[in-house]
Amino acid sequence: MSALLEMDQLMDKLEAGLRGLLKERDIESPVLIGIRTGGVWVADILGKRLGIEEPFGELDISFYRDDFSRIGLNPKVTPSSLPFDTEGRDIILVDDVIMSGRTIRAAMNELFDYGRPASIILATLIDLGARELPVQPDVAGQTLALDAQQRVKLRGPDPLRIELQEAGQ
Amino acid sequence: MTANAASPNHLQLTRDGQLRHFLTLDGLNRELLTDILDTADSFIEVGERSIKKVPLLRGRTVVNLFFEPSTRTRSTFELAAKRLSADVLNLDINTSATSKGESLSDTLLNLEAMASDMFVVRHAQSGAPHFIAESVTPGVAIINAGDGRHAHPTQAMLDMLTIRQHKGAFEGLKVAIVGDVLHSRVARSQIRALNELGAEQIRVIAPGTLLPTDVESLGCTVEYDMVKGMKDLDVVIMLRLQKERMEGALLPSEREFYRLYGLSQEKLALAHPECIVMHPGPINRGVEIESAVADGPQSVILNQVTNGIAIRMAVMSMAMGGQVAERQHKLAELIERGPA
Repeated sequence: MSALLEMDQLMDKLEAGLRGLLKERDIESPVLIGIRTGGVWVADILGKRLGIEEPFGELDISFYRDDFSRIGLNPKVTPSSLPFDTEGRDIILVDDVIMSGRTIRAAMNELFDYGRPASIILATLIDLGARELPVQPDVAGQTLALDAQQRVKLRGPDPLRIELQEAGQ
Repeated sequence: MTANAASPNHLQLTRDGQLRHFLTLDGLNRELLTDILDTADSFIEVGERSIKKVPLLRGRTVVNLFFEPSTRTRSTFELAAKRLSADVLNLDINTSATSKGESLSDTLLNLEAMASDMFVVRHAQSGAPHFIAESVTPGVAIINAGDGRHAHPTQAMLDMLTIRQHKGAFEGLKVAIVGDVLHSRVARSQIRALNELGAEQIRVIAPGTLLPTDVESLGCTVEYDMVKGMKDLDVVIMLRLQKERMEGALLPSEREFYRLYGLSQEKLALAHPECIVMHPGPINRGVEIESAVADGPQSVILNQVTNGIAIRMAVMSMAMGGQVAERQHKLAELIERGPA
């Protein structure tokens, strides 16, 4: 596995990628929405770096997961909170890690129940590959290929750090 | 959480302590009750979206089995199931097969054969939902929507949600339940929930003829004089005078009852100035409660109705989740055991 970048470097890459994309697409006032829990921490930092003054939204996707019929309801669900109208807005959807793509599918299904956004950009801190659905991030801090028994986990919010775990530990 | 065979929990909970039926609050601990309230909070947020629906119970069938008439409870259960994306069948049993002589068990087995996943049961007989869960259709999640004088657990939980919304927590709260406790399944469930969630004081205020004989054993104090009982209250819960359940001379007259136990502005003024007023509905204006109080600034009666949808969504999705988790467990066991 390639070495994991420092958090600051990851954020720099994510910020630069987003700035480029926003410019290219002529988006002037995007809003940030983080997926709980890690995505919310990343959205918080990105908001400050990009100078987005509007408060970011928080999405809890528990009611939209595709594994309800296998494991039931997440007992620790908390209310989603979008402090703005999403209708017609350009949204930057933020998560800490993308792997299968199932979380993002659930998040997009949930988002559309609030209204019809003009566009959605997907930004993730880390892209682990191993996709099971045709969902790709527009911007990622780093792409990693993990060994089968390795996992990454974002800890935070202060300081934000990434832990690499060997399965079974 | 351990399931004890002597408690109702061996029936209500999965081996992991998840809900799989919702029959009574007896035996459910503070942690689980709090989980229900927290989950309902998330469903309240769903109710404020432009599309008030989540896909949790998509493709599942919920049957409302009402053996007793009800408007509010049945319609909020129906709306809750629909907002969870379930298919809903409403059966008014009085006009259905039972009147053609089919037994209750046969009716239920037929519904189960239609691949129903959940029955919401309202029945005049105490223990009917429990009986169905235990003996008739064990693979179907059963939600008690009120059984006889026994329990009405979703009503009690929506009341708890309303109290928590307005008061923040249960610690230190003084709560009174006023009126026809004898015929009230709600009161029993409320007293149980308030005790488990840590309310400081639970008073029942009623004439002796409308109190069950062992009422203190439920975990409350009794006050016959409402003027004394209103002092320092944070929450007053009025009960409906169940006229249809009154047999014999329990009351001198409705007017006399209102004078002594009706909630007037005068009596409400004796409570804490921020005391909230609750009523499970339907209200009898001028019998238990003065119109000016029911419609007044301290009344949260309509909040209770809104919260009823969220609580029912929470309980239904949690019980359905418990059923599917249980099925997965059993499947895994069968696979592990291998071919016989």
